[in-house]
Amino acid sequence: MADRRYTKSHEWIVVDGKTVTVGITDFAQSQLGDVVFLELPSPGRKLAEREAFGVVESVKAASDLYSPIAGKISAVNDRLSANPELVNSDPYGDGWILKVELAGELPSDLLDEAGYRKVTEAASH
Amino acid sequence: MSEPLSFESSRPNAPAPRLPASGVEGKARLDALPREMLRSRAPGLPRLSEPEIMRHYSRLASMNYSISEQFYPLGSCTMKYNPVANEAAAALPGFAGLHPYQPEETVQGALELMWRLEQALCAIVGVERVTLQPAAGAHGEWTALRMIKAYQHSKGEHRGEVLVPDSAHGTNPASAALSGFTVVEVSSGEDGRISLADLKSKLSSNTAALMLTNPNTLGLFERQILDIAELVHGAGAMLYYDGANLNAFMGICRPGDMGFDAVHMNLHKTFTTPHGGGGPGAGPVGVKAELVPFLPTPTVENSDGHYTLNHKRPQSIGRVRSFYGNFGMLVRAYTYIVAMGGDGLTQASRDAVLSANYLRVQVQDDLDMPHDGPCMHEFVASAQNLSHEGVKALDIAKALLDRDFYAPTIYFPLVVPEALMVEPTETESKATLDAFAKAIKEIVAEARTNPQKLHQEPRNLPVGRLDDVAAARKINTYLQGLSEDPILRWKAPS
Amino acid sequence: MPYLVHSPEDRAAMLAAIGVRSMDDLLVDIPTSLRIPKLDLSDGLSEFETMAHVTALAARNRLYPDRLTFRGGGVYRRFVPAAVAAVTSKPEFYTAYTPYQPEASQGTLQAIYEFQTLIAELTGLDVANASLYDGATAVAEAAMMARTHTDRTEVLVAGYLHPEYLEVLRAFGEGRGIKVRRGSDPGPKTAAVIFQQPDFLGLLVDAKALTEAAHGVGALAIACVDPISLAVLAPPGEYGADIAVGEGQQLGMHPSFGGPHVGFMACRRELVRRLPGRLVGSAHDAEGRRGFVLALAAREQHIRREKASSNICTNHSLCALAASVYMTYMGPDGMRQVAEVSFERAHVLAERLSALPGWELAFPERQFLSEFPIRVPNAPAVLRKLARKGILGGLNVQRWFRELKGVLTFTCTEVNDPMSIDELVQAVSA
Repeated sequence: MADRRYTKSHEWIVVDGKTVTVGITDFAQSQLGDVVFLELPSPGRKLAEREAFGVVESVKAASDLYSPIAGKISAVNDRLSANPELVNSDPYGDGWILKVELAGELPSDLLDEAGYRKVTEAASH
Repeated sequence: MSEPLSFESSRPNAPAPRLPASGVEGKARLDALPREMLRSRAPGLPRLSEPEIMRHYSRLASMNYSISEQFYPLGSCTMKYNPVANEAAAALPGFAGLHPYQPEETVQGALELMWRLEQALCAIVGVERVTLQPAAGAHGEWTALRMIKAYQHSKGEHRGEVLVPDSAHGTNPASAALSGFTVVEVSSGEDGRISLADLKSKLSSNTAALMLTNPNTLGLFERQILDIAELVHGAGAMLYYDGANLNAFMGICRPGDMGFDAVHMNLHKTFTTPHGGGGPGAGPVGVKAELVPFLPTPTVENSDGHYTLNHKRPQSIGRVRSFYGNFGMLVRAYTYIVAMGGDGLTQASRDAVLSANYLRVQVQDDLDMPHDGPCMHEFVASAQNLSHEGVKALDIAKALLDRDFYAPTIYFPLVVPEALMVEPTETESKATLDAFAKAIKEIVAEARTNPQKLHQEPRNLPVGRLDDVAAARKINTYLQGLSEDPILRWKAPS
Repeated sequence: MPYLVHSPEDRAAMLAAIGVRSMDDLLVDIPTSLRIPKLDLSDGLSEFETMAHVTALAARNRLYPDRLTFRGGGVYRRFVPAAVAAVTSKPEFYTAYTPYQPEASQGTLQAIYEFQTLIAELTGLDVANASLYDGATAVAEAAMMARTHTDRTEVLVAGYLHPEYLEVLRAFGEGRGIKVRRGSDPGPKTAAVIFQQPDFLGLLVDAKALTEAAHGVGALAIACVDPISLAVLAPPGEYGADIAVGEGQQLGMHPSFGGPHVGFMACRRELVRRLPGRLVGSAHDAEGRRGFVLALAAREQHIRREKASSNICTNHSLCALAASVYMTYMGPDGMRQVAEVSFERAHVLAERLSALPGWELAFPERQFLSEFPIRVPNAPAVLRKLARKGILGGLNVQRWFRELKGVLTFTCTEVNDPMSIDELVQAVSA
């Protein structure tokens, strides 16, 4: 299994060389409920670390999506426009959101599985 | 029961309404206008006879709950009785038939009513003047923030932030953003009231205003309001009052005295104008002396019993809507205030507080109560105690619908998980309150023994829970051009 | 006291149940320094006295009969079928709450869904919302949509837009950094071109050309339209406008001194997610029954909070219901007839007035439907003469547009019978 890292705002990344795949976590999708729409940027756009790049909507909520890393968007999962529910059914696989060409280093405060689990446990109280 | 859409019942040969012929012989003809200025085909409006139309709407009406038939314990909405006398007043031809551009001498009664309403609202909330222009609560909020901004600009200050409690209604931050401010959230303390420590840390010379409702959305009076006012004013900012909860203390205390500079009110909450299924309402805003020059134009002035509209207001923020306000709603609210008087309004608030506390103690062992002690006119309970059984606030709401009650406000305020905000108001009898408490107890018992059943409620209404997720996805498909079924309107099958 | 329910015994029982001695125990959180002894308001009155009081206020207004009203300027006298009041005065409609619990609100939701469809059909556009406060704020909301959609800051107002709508547009635009300019030359900074059809003076504009000019620079075309005119005129959808807005008062609402009326808005499919306010959609329950529900709520303020495109919460639901009843009652044929009769009578009035010495149409080469501008020798004197005969004459537009010296706009609709036209002409000829 690829080495997944997480942010406190419930995004995940998987690094493959210079390409970073970004999505939202299983916890995030369960909090949102059924995803009905994603507002996403276009490939080519440059992102700063922590920059809000889009919105994920359910019928009762809308959450901003924050970029865990700085870089340039190389791909956007275009299956999500017709099938936003992939974010719910397969958040770590087919529900991926962006692929970003990393600029610079990975942030040092990314969480591992155990670290992220602490975040979700605290949030569930 | 179900009822087809008017479009679905439409028949191409249904008789058209009879209207008088023009009766004049002129040279001009409509079809002589240039071709491209005219419609190429008639609009697809339904064709139905009057008996079919009347039956259609009567059947639709029977598919609605309403305050005329059901108890609406909706927190922060103040769903009190809508007096029928108000309707009679608003329908008087001497009000309903007035054109807004009639000469002032011919509308002295209307202007006097507006002036008197303004005076009464000033007395109730403790301000210098009131604008009656805003058409709704959110509209009033934005108007107030614009006045605050204009006032500060007039002193050479450009403050960019508005502070909003995390328990605030969504329109508060939205109105602040609409006025061009950045929104900064202030947290609530352990007791559900605003945290003074957090407020102090967020106040700065860049703060334009703090928006606050009192009592707050948990139904708790902000005990430290005088300290809060001092802190806010000390930072050179203004204090804005969201009047959603004004029903808690009319005649008992006044927001103006607490230090609020701008006081917003909802005529469709505190002052009984009917909700109409989502509007119209009215959101007047009262202001202290510093903000008076910035009030929207025109204002109504009284010079020895002669009333005028004052359009010469150089510092005014301008107009916030066309004409003078939702006049028909102003008539209703005014009629209510005259009927109630100062003594009646005071008793109304006292009864509102009494009823809320009575209902609170009836259900305090059945639901979680996040905060101890007396509430004001509303209280917040939580369905968290039923999370074990997989039962949520939503299930309780739907179960109440099945028992002929409208549901309380759910999932608000955001600071309480599985929130149920209950505001009975003063116009519900003790018997109704007891019946509601009984229903809650039944539902909680059902949650414990048969939660599956709750998930399937309501069952007694024209429709059960609707799949809004599927609808949203279909809308999405339409918006992307992948389907031609808009979902947001009926469309003739092609 | 009116509308209060509890007896002293009820109150005592409730206090006992709560376990407190008196109300003061419940009001304990309020600082004593804030408590007031009483409100500075007179005591309440009986219903009889209350109604006498408000009736006296109503009687202090002068009511001009419909047939003798020739003043428009955004609010018009129309024939309102009895069906409208019969429906809107049903307590199940007028005392209902916002339809957040759809299962208990199918009446309201279906009526609004029908309203959305009626407005979409009338404007020729894809989707309409559940209504807004009035025509003025609808124009402002459309401008804000364009600002966000194009990311440009200028909004160009072409021709004679209702001056109060322009004021409101400026007021709303300020917080969003929108610069409003009057002109007909859109450019690369233009987010939208806004025009009114017919315009504030009643004159028809070249909507197609204005739309094309907007699109030519990548701006949106926003058409502020008269709903009755859409029964006969090419609607915004036909000439390619992106957003249609307008004031719906003529669809079954009384003048009521300016409100409450109703704003409507419809747009092309691509802009639907930017629509402000409520939207009703169709959905199904577990048993396959169709119902209606508030849709795309994630756009709105209660979810997006400060990121919402608008702060609007309410729609003017009961007014939208009135409009729906009116449009359904009239049908396409009835509405067409209303527009035609108004057209014919207004043109006859224009002919007869412009034949009077010193009276001339302000823009004789332009077309109009049922409202027109005419220059008169002495506007205040003309209006006084008419008032003496109980006639509410044309609107003096010089108060807003200095270049229109001595110009009055007269409107003539299906409520002004041919005899009333004679009376008007006679009164000014005297």
